[in-house]
Amino acid sequence: MSTRQWIGPTRAVVFFAVIASLPVFGLAHWAMNMLVFTLMFAVMSSAWNLLGGFAGYPSLGHVAFFGIGAYAEVLWFQHHAIVSGYEPFWILPLIGIGVAVVGLPVAALSMRTRADVFAIVTITLLFVVQTLAFNLRGLTGGAQGASIATAPFPAATYEQPFYYVLLLLLALAMGLTWAGMRSKVGLSLVAVRADEDKAAGIGVRVQTVKLLAFCVSVGLTGMVGAIWAYYESFIYPQFAVDPLITVAIVLMTFLGGRATLWGPVLGAFILELAQQYLAYSLGGSEFYLIAYALVFLVVMLVMPRGIVPSIQDRLRQRRRRRVVDAT
Amino acid sequence: MHALVQGVILGVLTAGVYALMASGQTLIFGIMRVVNMAQGAMVILGAYLSYQLFTSWGVDPFLALPITTLALFVLGVGVQWLFLRPLHAGDRSQLSVLVTFAVALLVEGFMSVTWTTTDRGINTSYANASWTVFGYQITLVRLWAFLLSLFALALLYLVLNRTRFGRAVRASVQNPESARLLGVESEWVSAIGYGLGTATAAAAGSVYGMLYSFNPNSHYDLISRLLSIVLLGGLGSIGGAVIGALVISVSSSVVAAAVSPIWSQMTFFIVLLLVLVIRPRGLFGASMRGAI
Repeated sequence: MSTRQWIGPTRAVVFFAVIASLPVFGLAHWAMNMLVFTLMFAVMSSAWNLLGGFAGYPSLGHVAFFGIGAYAEVLWFQHHAIVSGYEPFWILPLIGIGVAVVGLPVAALSMRTRADVFAIVTITLLFVVQTLAFNLRGLTGGAQGASIATAPFPAATYEQPFYYVLLLLLALAMGLTWAGMRSKVGLSLVAVRADEDKAAGIGVRVQTVKLLAFCVSVGLTGMVGAIWAYYESFIYPQFAVDPLITVAIVLMTFLGGRATLWGPVLGAFILELAQQYLAYSLGGSEFYLIAYALVFLVVMLVMPRGIVPSIQDRLRQRRRRRVVDAT
Repeated sequence: MHALVQGVILGVLTAGVYALMASGQTLIFGIMRVVNMAQGAMVILGAYLSYQLFTSWGVDPFLALPITTLALFVLGVGVQWLFLRPLHAGDRSQLSVLVTFAVALLVEGFMSVTWTTTDRGINTSYANASWTVFGYQITLVRLWAFLLSLFALALLYLVLNRTRFGRAVRASVQNPESARLLGVESEWVSAIGYGLGTATAAAAGSVYGMLYSFNPNSHYDLISRLLSIVLLGGLGSIGGAVIGALVISVSSSVVAAAVSPIWSQMTFFIVLLLVLVIRPRGLFGASMRGAI
């Protein structure tokens, strides 16, 4: 067996082992907090990648499903007492499936169009969900926000349960991506991105794979929303449905590399850490917005394919050169 | 009944302003196949510019129009040249959505730094003057805004149908490849077209600033409404944009009068959903080519 076959699995094992052992070193709360958010974004960009990267449908409305997941979690525990701190995590699969079911009709409607119009429809959805979150006061508490009981974890290791649940979710998202890339579904999605009409013409089940990608993608995003709501324990419409989260997810995927397994994760680790740093050092959110937009533009113009594909290209070239030298 | 008719009048007058913004949006799409997410931000920027001219030097917003439209025309040409021109042709429709979204964020950030995030409004001396016709109230500013929009739309129509540049634009819309083969400088047409599109945003922005209060965040609200109008009318069709603006504006002000102002904010989304179900390419959309 060649060594190259082992590179992928080894990389995954090392990555997850390192990330899983980080809390053992007793990191400070701000560092753990930063890592929790980084993992949230890593999961969400991996999820976005399934749809925006592989299928080529750039959704700008994913945060709407993040918000729906968050409110679902809060509403559920307004009516059910929390017995143990881990209980809110058990209903995550339910929330994931619920959000996917909500996403199904949205997907069926919005995917009647192509990439650019799809972006329009999804961004409109975002604002509609935001307006609803503000105005359905009986349900969401409107601008006053909604709350859920604070998790009864010991203060010293408060972040750890969230951290490990998110890590599991990241493994799930990446596992799905990996399985997808190896199966007919992934191939069909790439065919949809390349030329949807031709793909349909040669018998790819275009509609099925598109809907599948959309539902899995928003389901994962909804679960992250639920974890976020429990972590924050108090949520407001403007943060639960914040357009900037969408921007961040998209940007991370583009930076790391669309339609790759590691790209979105890499993008999330680079950008979220940079973002937290910028937020601390620049303080005011206005300059921060400008800095963010500029990074976005530079990434789009200089490296539209992302880091991982660019590195892969270079490695491939070097390997080819080595073969030429040897002969 | 009275409230309903009043709602229709209000809707028609407001539709003029939206038609103006949307015509720029649809023009940009027609020429470049770019869904311009920055249009809303440009409108708000136009509003801030005329706010600044009004508060600092007392320039009437209507008289400031040449200055603001020219400024945003130049800005639009710059944006096209710097950010949209370098995009790869294959990925253009997907990437341009994200790039123009980033431009919108950049403009939003710039506005929050310059004018802070508090609500502003342009309060001219005649802001509250109104006529009463057959018992229905017509605000003077709205009427002027409506007439101005008609004038600007007529101007746009003349530019597109009576000038050499307009002919080049129409050729590029109908068939970009052939137009290029026949000697149309597509880079220039794109740059000037994008500039014209943002210029209409500036004109609409000055008026918008007199009708509503605004802050740097307002562009989110505008962009989703504008995109719905453009989709309803059919991407790339200016006549469609006008009809789309009428339909959405009248229906939302009727809902506001008959049901509640909260639900009127959702009307455009319901119209958008109906469009997607019944006729995804819009009322006057070009048949299958590239985008839809």
